[in-house]
Amino acid sequence: MMLRQDLAQIAAWIEPGSRILDLGCGDGTLLAHLRGSHASAGYGIEIADDSVLECVRKQVNVIQADLESGLRMFADGMFDTVVLSQTLQAMRHVEAVLLEMIRVGRRGIVSFPNFGHWRHALALLGGHMPVTPEIPYQWYDTPNIHLCTPKDFEVLAARLGLRITDRTLLAAGAPVRVLQNLRATVAIYRFEKR
Amino acid sequence: MSRDPRSGAAPGVATGAGPGSVGIVTPQTMHFDAPLVLASGAQLAQYDLRYETYGTLDAARSNAVLVCHALNASHHVAGTYANQARSTGWWDNMVGPGKPIDTNRFFVIGVNNPGSCFGSTGPMSIDPATGRPYGARFPVVTVEDWVTAQARLADALGIERLAAVVGGSLGGMQALSWAIRYPQRIGHCVAIATTAKLSAQNIAFNDVARSAIQSDPEFHGGDFYAHGAIPRRGLSVARMIGHITYLSGDDMTERFGRSLRTEDYAFGYGAEFEVESYLRYQGSKFSEYFDANTYLLITRALDYFDPARAHGGDLTRALAPATARFLLVSFTTDWRFAPERTREIVAALIANGRDVDYAEIDAPHGHDAFLLDDARYHRLMASYFDGIHARLAGASRAGA
Repeated sequence: MMLRQDLAQIAAWIEPGSRILDLGCGDGTLLAHLRGSHASAGYGIEIADDSVLECVRKQVNVIQADLESGLRMFADGMFDTVVLSQTLQAMRHVEAVLLEMIRVGRRGIVSFPNFGHWRHALALLGGHMPVTPEIPYQWYDTPNIHLCTPKDFEVLAARLGLRITDRTLLAAGAPVRVLQNLRATVAIYRFEKR
Repeated sequence: MSRDPRSGAAPGVATGAGPGSVGIVTPQTMHFDAPLVLASGAQLAQYDLRYETYGTLDAARSNAVLVCHALNASHHVAGTYANQARSTGWWDNMVGPGKPIDTNRFFVIGVNNPGSCFGSTGPMSIDPATGRPYGARFPVVTVEDWVTAQARLADALGIERLAAVVGGSLGGMQALSWAIRYPQRIGHCVAIATTAKLSAQNIAFNDVARSAIQSDPEFHGGDFYAHGAIPRRGLSVARMIGHITYLSGDDMTERFGRSLRTEDYAFGYGAEFEVESYLRYQGSKFSEYFDANTYLLITRALDYFDPARAHGGDLTRALAPATARFLLVSFTTDWRFAPERTREIVAALIANGRDVDYAEIDAPHGHDAFLLDDARYHRLMASYFDGIHARLAGASRAGA
């Protein structure tokens, strides 16, 4: 199975045999992959009924819950890595979820669409909110209420006392090295508590 | 805590044995001569267990699924009885050919717990020591005692390991207890609309129900059989209280609102509101078939269940021996056994690194939802049991 490129990067940062919590795990693709390739014990959290059902079909551990109500049910340091892929931008309480991630896990990994991509900037210059494959919603029905750029994320991470250990910026599934902030469509960070 | 086990006559529950039914079934009885030593220290010197089975036990004896019943249900899980109207099993919408717990794949066992009143040894049975019904002398039994009895039935049927133990409400407590007490004997634990311990509010409801029974003059301290009496009024009130707690407030509003059965207020105390009429009917019907001592005994078993109690209240430690895979399900409008209670179990299982799926079904019907047809709930159960079936098939290939 071909793994979505950001998920492949996330998987590459997860040590075999580790305990994973995948927040907003969707249909369980990442966890199913990690179980196969990493022998990792993982749990997903997902709110949508259809996704929960799909996880059960994949025989992935899924807990149906609303991330916004927090990770109260989890004790400190229960997980090695807590993943939040393509969900941060839709969270109401961004700071709270990042802090919760490093409370229940030793490390956190987040991925999010780069709002600073040149195509977004161009759309804004043309007088419109951007609608692209990464953020394919109209402004009035978007779940993405907290869009940011890599630099924005790094500022917040510093303020919350997160130490960023790894960063990958991707465009069309491949790492970007030149003009990253303009050309990357997806940003992925790994961090731990400072 | 479920409805009339003989009729399954709840709105939304399939009342006919149509396609997908296991068809006509016949209960069986297994007699046990070895004493059942109970948590209280008392014992049942000998006892019968009434049970039913559906489907076929495979050659490896690996495909057995035990269905545990709740307060007022029984071994009659699925199918109908010959020449008996309204005799559909209490979970016929879940168990049958092509249903979520598919009897084409699984050998399903329903067993009536000791202390109940549907054929297994209980307060109505004759005490061999006295030649009279046990009545008030029937010992208090616990969830653990039931699980011990169920394990002995599995032994007698030649089943070393159950593919799954499944139950809702009090039945879910039995499934949890199986996972803790017989980790080697259970592959999957499916616990629905349940809790690892009752809340003070729950115990309070149970006590009110018991008080209604005990204060009925026809109860005679539990020995009403000798007096040829039945504490119908007490039982009926107990059932009315219970029934209110199994429904959600919204569900009651939807079904009854403030509708009157009369043209206008009658300025009296009869059943003027539809909801009163409904509850009185349910209570009265229940009092016709259920045993008052059994009601006391089963609500007490609910109160006492608390596997964490022996571990200083630490549920994670209590669940540490469990090795089964778990599916837990709760319903958003179930305020009797609220989702929060199930989340505690989920958290304890995760702390132990166990495999667990947890679904919180957004259903309007309160605690009773676990018995009803809800597409999301049934799809989820079907998928989970597909997974159990796939694992069994994988294990048999690996073993071949």
